Amino acid sequence: MATPCVRVRVSAASRASQWAAGAALPWYRARVRGVPTGEGPLGRAPLGPRRRRRPRPAGMNRKKLQKLTDTLTKNCKNFNKFEVKCLIDLFYNLMGEVTERQGITIGLDRNAFRNILHMTFGMTDDMIMDRVFRGFDEDNDGYVNVSEWIYGLSVFLRGTLEEKMKYCFEVFDLNGDGFISKEEMFHMLKNSLLKQPSEEDPDEGIKDLVEITLKKMDHDHDGKLSFTDYEQAVREETLLLEAFGPCLPDPKSQMEFEAQVFKDPNEFNDI
Amino acid sequence: MGVALTRSAQWTAAGYGTRTLEITPLNEVILKEIVMFVESFIYKHPQEAKYVFVEPLEWKTNLDPSAFESGYIVSETTVKSEEVDKDGQPLLFLSVPHIKIRSLGQLSRLLLIAKDRKLKEAQACIEANRDPVTKILGLDYNTVKEDTSTVNILDKITKDEDPESEIKMKVGMLLKQLDLHLLNHSLKHISLQICLNPTTVKNDIELLKHFSGKGEQTVLESIDYTSDYEFSNGCRAPPWRQIHGEICYVLVKPHDVETLCVTCSTEGVFLNGGKTEDEGEINYERKSEIYKDLVTFLKEKSAKFSENMSKQRKREERKKERKEKEKKKREKKKNEKKKREKKKRKKKKGEKKKGVGEGNKSKSKTKQNKTKQKRTTGEYLLILCTLSPLASPGSCPKSAEKIEEILSDSSSENEEDEEPPDRRQEANADLPSEYWQIQKLVKYLKGGNQTATVIALRSMKDFNLAQETCQLAIRDVGGLEVLINLLDTDEVKCKIGSLKILKEISHNPQIRRNIVDLGGLPVMVNILDSPHKSLKCLAAETIANVAKFRRARRAVRHHGGITKLVALLDCAQSSAKPAQSSLYDARDVEVARCGALALWSCSKSNANKEAIRQAGGIPLLAHLLKTSHENMLIPVVGTLQECASEENYRAAIKAERIIENLVKNLNSENEQLQEQCAMAIYQCAEDKETRDLVRLHGGLKPLASLLNNTDNKERLAAVTGAIWKCSISKENATKFREYEAIETLVGLLTDQPEEVLVNVVGALGECCQEYENRVLVRKCGGLQPLVNLLVGINQTLLVNVTKAVGACAVEPESMMIIDRLDGVRLLWSLLKNPHPDVKASAAWALCPCIQNAKDAGEMVRCLVGGLELIVNLLKSDNKEVLASVCAVITNIAKDQENLAVITDHGVNNDKLRRHLAEAISRCCMWGRNRVAFGEYKAVAPLVRYLKSNDLSEDVDNCITIHENGNGAVKLLLGMIGSSDHDLQEAAAGCISNIRRLALAIDKARYT
Repeated sequence: MATPCVRVRVSAASRASQWAAGAALPWYRARVRGVPTGEGPLGRAPLGPRRRRRPRPAGMNRKKLQKLTDTLTKNCKNFNKFEVKCLIDLFYNLMGEVTERQGITIGLDRNAFRNILHMTFGMTDDMIMDRVFRGFDEDNDGYVNVSEWIYGLSVFLRGTLEEKMKYCFEVFDLNGDGFISKEEMFHMLKNSLLKQPSEEDPDEGIKDLVEITLKKMDHDHDGKLSFTDYEQAVREETLLLEAFGPCLPDPKSQMEFEAQVFKDPNEFNDI
Repeated sequence: MGVALTRSAQWTAAGYGTRTLEITPLNEVILKEIVMFVESFIYKHPQEAKYVFVEPLEWKTNLDPSAFESGYIVSETTVKSEEVDKDGQPLLFLSVPHIKIRSLGQLSRLLLIAKDRKLKEAQACIEANRDPVTKILGLDYNTVKEDTSTVNILDKITKDEDPESEIKMKVGMLLKQLDLHLLNHSLKHISLQICLNPTTVKNDIELLKHFSGKGEQTVLESIDYTSDYEFSNGCRAPPWRQIHGEICYVLVKPHDVETLCVTCSTEGVFLNGGKTEDEGEINYERKSEIYKDLVTFLKEKSAKFSENMSKQRKREERKKERKEKEKKKREKKKNEKKKREKKKRKKKKGEKKKGVGEGNKSKSKTKQNKTKQKRTTGEYLLILCTLSPLASPGSCPKSAEKIEEILSDSSSENEEDEEPPDRRQEANADLPSEYWQIQKLVKYLKGGNQTATVIALRSMKDFNLAQETCQLAIRDVGGLEVLINLLDTDEVKCKIGSLKILKEISHNPQIRRNIVDLGGLPVMVNILDSPHKSLKCLAAETIANVAKFRRARRAVRHHGGITKLVALLDCAQSSAKPAQSSLYDARDVEVARCGALALWSCSKSNANKEAIRQAGGIPLLAHLLKTSHENMLIPVVGTLQECASEENYRAAIKAERIIENLVKNLNSENEQLQEQCAMAIYQCAEDKETRDLVRLHGGLKPLASLLNNTDNKERLAAVTGAIWKCSISKENATKFREYEAIETLVGLLTDQPEEVLVNVVGALGECCQEYENRVLVRKCGGLQPLVNLLVGINQTLLVNVTKAVGACAVEPESMMIIDRLDGVRLLWSLLKNPHPDVKASAAWALCPCIQNAKDAGEMVRCLVGGLELIVNLLKSDNKEVLASVCAVITNIAKDQENLAVITDHGVNNDKLRRHLAEAISRCCMWGRNRVAFGEYKAVAPLVRYLKSNDLSEDVDNCITIHENGNGAVKLLLGMIGSSDHDLQEAAAGCISNIRRLALAIDKARYT
């Protein structure tokens, strides 16, 4: 019997083994090293000491970078200046390849961003990842630029419960009409149950789950979740924050990510 | 000197006629000591040297008259001393070869004259005068035929006071001193020797029998006992020979020599005179040297034996090695099996229990055997050691082993607590709708990804998890397994959700056991290490619920849970760590609280208490005690309260100044906190210092005032318990009177649950040790409800009630009321209570009743069958019961008529007396009882009673009194000094009997 716990463990393990083998290094590390993804193992541990200087973002001098850091730090209360600096640095590292390829430096496109979500934060649900990308891409131009990157991450990683609730609700509100409808719920949950071939109606379980969720969260009994409904339910039970799928980093990968990115400040002195 | 001579000196084994002293090192030492004493006597005690013997010492001397010089009238064949007595008779008269001497001075001179032959002279003198002391001091100083005791002499002396008898007394004393000195000497000698005992002899013979038979290979042709009858002590020798230390007689037929008739005695093995064919009697006379054991003896006697024996030995050794190897293997297997069985405990419990039980039994059996063997020598030495300050090597390991056993007993946590039968809901029964809903949810849990899992968990939590139907439904549809499995994943959300449900349903005892059976505890213990505080909290809280029974607590400990839980307590202090702000984080204080909660549950196992202490839990708990959060304080104080049953903790609690905080929290508003604090004080106040601390920190007043609130029974029980223990200190009892707690306590004697009553009555019992309090209790009308409580059935309560009634009965006025209320009869009927503590306590309470009743004799007689009951209680095995019953009997026996009745009931005097003696001796082994006896002045009448007939008829009596060692002897000696004549005599008689016993043993060994 395949319980979810088993499945979860397997996926985590396979991810870990990928990392360990060095076949697919974490995206941000791979870029830094200048190793294209998918190339053979380097034989160096991904977390090994880094001595090489980071490449400076294209078309940007030190002064400009400094200014950008300052403005972004001012607008973002969840990160300190050092952290912002690290994240900007990371952003431009990630951008490096894209820039080379496309020649324009607007930001990370959907695919690049989804790749990040998948590789680093272990997200698997395509739909949710799309929605997260939309959440980050505030101006809806199809790219996550540097300020959207910093702002998005500040909620994604360090957001308060209110910020996260807002973010999650936006992710779950697929059509952006301010409500999570039954259909939307069904859509998001449709892959959440193991399909048993014996069952007559494979969707019955999912419909039931939707009903259960609605019963739990729909306080005004209008058959759909408003933000108020959602907020109330989450305040009662924090576990319901990601009720319809993981759209926030799980604590473990978040910790790993932060540990990697905000490493030794000395290494970033030269930026 | 007499005692040493008759007992210690090694006389030849001849049964009749003049015996001679053997030439043994011991005898030589004794003789030398005597010679030294006599030689120097004339200088050291010139006064006493002139004392004229009642009868002269006569013996055949080898001295020539010519050896005598000045001071003697010497003729060819006679010598007369110039020194004469009152009647003009010379004090020394020698008519070759007979010599008569009538003073120690002359004896002393004679030895000087004898020079290098003095040892021979002394030996001849002692051989001829088997009882020199009687001759010197006269028969009346030897009331008990053969030997004298200091006591007897002193006794006589106090009667007549003329100067002559004073000198006589001094001589007697000096002789006694010498006697003692000699005994000590011989003891040292004895203690160096190893002696045989029936068991070793028996083993030897059995072993030899094993290798005997026809054929060249065997060591012996045959070996047999002369007598088939074995006495209960393992000896086969007739009793009159056992006295000489002889164990059995064996007929041995070696291959190469004639049949040997051998005596095995405690001293060793020797050839005796043989068995006479016609009458079948054995000539007990020793005919050979003494060998240390049978094998050595036979080796000496038979060459064939020694040859074959060495062959056998080799074979034996090889066998033994093999056996040992096998044994080791078996043990190994057993251990492995045990381990395996542990895992399968649930299924194979019955079987395993049996196996282990047997293992233990056989182990303890061998242990017992060992101790028994040790004891036989040990005991012997012990008896001897009461006379000299020698250490007894045999007794030490025995006690050590005993302690070890006790320790392992208390710490081993057997599966004692009952496992409730697994109740499964029947499939056919009408199942509630929740059941189906839960089943559906569990299906989602099993087959859903984390999102679905969280939703299902969340939804499950909405059921009424406090309801048993739901709890069991979750289990019955297999939800428990899934929930525990979830704890093993990396999904924080799933873990939280799962723990939230487990936390709720683990309030159900069956679910707890299921969780443990499914291996939930190790997983939860691991979660305690998680970086997420809320996870830690939930895990700790769930552990707190699950660890309500022994097996679970042990599992927590075995998986290192205690250390981790103690580490949780530390959270509150190390706040330096930057908080990784996460959605699922609780406050540090909360973590510590949950940790304390879990520890509270775990601390109900003794081993866990120790583990908590070793993990450094006490200082952390002490620190947390300084906070003011009530919900934190309750588990913290609860844990301390549980642990305070351990001595270590009480010391630590004192050291960490926890009492102060406990007292402070007594003033809190929270009833549960008050309860726990009171409980903790109750536990700790066994210790005097703590009781004082409670008083010094002002804890008595809040305790007293908490008494007024009687709604919360649990708290009331705790508070009254604390008052009980605190009032053990006199100062505290006084304070409680000031705070008017006594009145309140008396008021609480009615309409309260038993837990409260036990403590209330206990407190009154302690308070009533003081006069004012007794009066107060009486004035408040406390006696009536107290006496009413005597008809209860709760044992603890009865113990306390009887104690309280006893305390009140100390006062005659109260006693009158108690008597009027029929209290004495009620107390008396409690002697029939099956519980020994109640019996004992009731008996103790009866003592003051009988003492203070107006016509105690009549009162006691009125109780039909009462005396018989009391006498029968003497057969009890319980020391406390025996002690108390003896005390009662001593009180009853003050009345002559009752004494007669008791004696009648005792079937015959000896039996009763033996019981009494046994009772005393057993009680006296327990140090406190000795004191109690002294306090209750029980010894004197008892001793007098024991002495009333000739005790010496019953050896057991002496042994039992003797075994209790110095305690009784000291008391007896004290009584010799008392002004009561009868008592003196009785006590002295007792001591003399004790001594006679010891000496009888000596004699048995050396004759």
